[in-house]
Amino acid sequence: MTAIDPTAHLTAEQIEELGRELDAIRDEVIAGRGEKDAAYIRKVISVQRKLELASRGVLLFSFFPPAWLIGTAGLSVAKIMDNMEIGHNVLHGQWDWMRDPKIHSTTWEWDHVSPSEQWKHSHNELHHTYTNVIGKDNDLGYGIMRVDEDQKWHPFHLGQPLWNFINACFFEYGIAAYDLELGKNLHKRRRKNPEFRARAKAVGRKIRRQVLKDYVIHPLLSGPSFLTTLAATFTANLVRNIWSHSVIMCGHFPEGVQVFERRSIKGETRGQWYLRQMMGSANISGSKAMHFMTGNLSHQIEHHLFPDLPSNRYAEVAVKVRALFEKYELEYVTGPLPRQVLSAWHKVFRLSLPNKKPKVETPDREQELVAA
Amino acid sequence: MTSTALRSRAWKLLETVTTPLLPSDYLDLVSPLRAGADLRGRIEAVHPETGDAATVVIRPGRGWRGHTAGQYVRIGVDVDGVRLWRAYSITSPTDRRDGRVTITVKAIPDGKVSNHLVRRAKPGTLIQLDQPTGDFVMPQAKPARVLYLTAGSGITPVMGMLRDTEFDDVVMVHCAPRPQDVIFRNELHDLAADKKLRLTEVHTDTDGTLDIARLDELVPDWAERETWACGPAGLLDAAEAHWTEHGVQQRLHTERFRPGIVVAGDGGEVTFSATGKTVDADGGTPLLDIGEEAGVLMPSGCRMGICFGCVTPLKAGAVRDLRTGEITEAEPGVLIQTCVSAAAGPCDIER
Repeated sequence: MTAIDPTAHLTAEQIEELGRELDAIRDEVIAGRGEKDAAYIRKVISVQRKLELASRGVLLFSFFPPAWLIGTAGLSVAKIMDNMEIGHNVLHGQWDWMRDPKIHSTTWEWDHVSPSEQWKHSHNELHHTYTNVIGKDNDLGYGIMRVDEDQKWHPFHLGQPLWNFINACFFEYGIAAYDLELGKNLHKRRRKNPEFRARAKAVGRKIRRQVLKDYVIHPLLSGPSFLTTLAATFTANLVRNIWSHSVIMCGHFPEGVQVFERRSIKGETRGQWYLRQMMGSANISGSKAMHFMTGNLSHQIEHHLFPDLPSNRYAEVAVKVRALFEKYELEYVTGPLPRQVLSAWHKVFRLSLPNKKPKVETPDREQELVAA
Repeated sequence: MTSTALRSRAWKLLETVTTPLLPSDYLDLVSPLRAGADLRGRIEAVHPETGDAATVVIRPGRGWRGHTAGQYVRIGVDVDGVRLWRAYSITSPTDRRDGRVTITVKAIPDGKVSNHLVRRAKPGTLIQLDQPTGDFVMPQAKPARVLYLTAGSGITPVMGMLRDTEFDDVVMVHCAPRPQDVIFRNELHDLAADKKLRLTEVHTDTDGTLDIARLDELVPDWAERETWACGPAGLLDAAEAHWTEHGVQQRLHTERFRPGIVVAGDGGEVTFSATGKTVDADGGTPLLDIGEEAGVLMPSGCRMGICFGCVTPLKAGAVRDLRTGEITEAEPGVLIQTCVSAAAGPCDIER
C-alpha cells in the first residue's frame, strides 16, 4: 500500500478495456498452441533427465576433483531445470492441453520436498488468486517477514535478514513448511487435526525419499566417493535453493511492486484482477539462457496474468503486455537480476526496522472507481 | 529369497535411486518400445492406397500381444501437440514375419487424426497403442461359405480377415463412390483373378447406394452364408433389418466404427456418474456451480480457471470453455476445468 495509488488515473471503463485486451492476447496464444510447444517441453524434459543421469554418473568418481566440479555443476543445473522450467510450469497446468498423462499437472511429481499436490494448493490457488493481498497471500514475506510499511512491526522482524538468508539456503524445506502452514498448525489443537496430520505425513514421506536418494543411496553407490558425492548433492541442493529463492524474491519483492488490502479485492472484476497482477509483479531482464534458468519466471508479470500459458510463450507475450503498460501509463517493474535481487534484499533490511506510518492514506480504490 | 522377490527388491531400490521419477521415465528416453514399457509403436512407413486413404506400418513395442483377424486397435497420436485417441481396424495378417502391424486409414472430412495420419504422419514417429480388441472376428469353426458386405473404409477389418484366412467359398460385395476410391482394389482384383474371391463392386456415384434387396440378385445364397458386414450406419441398419426379416440374424456379424457422434449444443443434461445425480444445465453456468448446487462434492480452487484445482474427467458428451468458446469432447483421459467449462450438450462428469 504505497502512499499514492499508481493506478488512480484509470477509469473503471479503462480497466475493463485493459482486461479485454489482455484476454485477447491470451486467446491468441491458446489458439496458436501446437506441435512446436509440445516438442519444446518434451525436449526440455529429455535434456534435464539426461543431464541429471550424466551428472550423477560423473559423481560416482567425485573423489577426483574435476569430476566433483563437473558433476556438481551439472546436477545443480538439472535440479534447477526440474524445479523451475519443468516442475513449476507443469504443475500450473501449462501443458495439460497436450493430454499426455505423463506431462500433466495431476500426475507430475518434482524433485522437491514439498509434495506437488500441496504446493499446487498454496501456490496455484492461494498465491495466484490473491496475489499480493496482505493477509490472503502468504507469499508476501512467507509469514516470517515484513514486506510493507503498513504491516505492523514486531521486534521479531529485526532478525528478518537472517531469517531470509536461512530460508534461501533451505528454501525447499521452507516451502514445504509453508505449504503445510506449519506456523499456524503447530498450535496444540490444530496439530491433532486429521487433515493436517495426513498432509504432514505426506511431507514426511517425501522428505524421507528425497533425503534417502540424495544423501544415502547415491553416495553409497559412489563407494569410495561416498563423502564427496554427499557434499556434491548437498551443494547442488544449496545452489538450486539459493537460485530459486533469488528468482522468486524478484517476482514480488523489489521496490515499486504494489501490495493490496483485503477490502480492495471485494467484488473485484476481471479487469481489476488483471490490474492487480500487473502492479503486484516484477520481471527480470536478461538473456534467453537467463529466462530459461528462471523457468521463465523472469517474465513474472506475464506469468501472473496468464499462469496457464506455456512458459516458452511468455517472451513473445511480454512485448504485447509491455505495450499495454505503456498505453495505460503504468510502471513495468523490471531490471537485471543483480539489481532486482539487491532491491528485494534492500527492502528486507529496510523493513526489519520500524517506520512511521505513511503520511498519505491509501486511496480506497473502490471509491475511486465509483467516483470515476 | 525367490528370484521374483529379489527382483522386486532390486526394482524398489532402483525406484529410490530415481525418485520422484520412476526408472521407466529414464528407460523411456533410450528404449520406448522395450518390454515392460507402456505400450507404444513406431510408425515405419505410410503407403498411400487411394487419394484419401493410406496404410500405416507400425512396429509395436515388445509388450504387444498380437491380434486376431478383424480386430481393431486404439492408437494415441499427437496432432498439433495434442494426444488424440482413435480406433482403427488392423489390416495386416496375424502371422506377418517382421512382427509389424498395419492399419489403413481413410481421411474423413475434418477428421483431425485421419487427415494427420494420411497426409502428415512421418516415419519414425512414436504413437501410443492399446492392445488389440474387438469381437468382429472369425469363429473357431470355419464356415463353409462366407459373405463380406462392406462399404468405404468398412473394408479394413475385412481385409485383415481376407489376408489372414483362406476360405473355399468367399463372396464380397463392396461399395465405394468410384473405382479409384476402392481401397486395396489391386489386391482384391488379384484375389478374384486367382479365384480366391468372388468380388462385386458397387460404385455408388453411378449405381446409387446399395439397395439391400438387390442382394438376392448379387448373391443369391446370401442367407446361407456367414456374413461379416462393416460400413456406414445406414448400410448396417438395413442389413440388420434384412437379416432379421429373413430370420437369419445369427449369421450376420457387424462392426460399427462410430457408435455415437457428439453434438455440441448449448447446455444439456449433466450426469455426475460417481454420485449418480443428473441435472439440467444451461450453456452459461460453470459445471462446478451446477455440481455444487446439485450437492455433488466438487473439487474447487480459484474458480477462475487459473489454478487447475478443479480438473475432473469428462466421461461423455462435450463441454464449452467459457473463456474461449472452445469445445472439448469426451475421450478417455480427458480432464476439464469445471470452473470455466459449461455443458455443450448432454455430458457425463465423473464426480
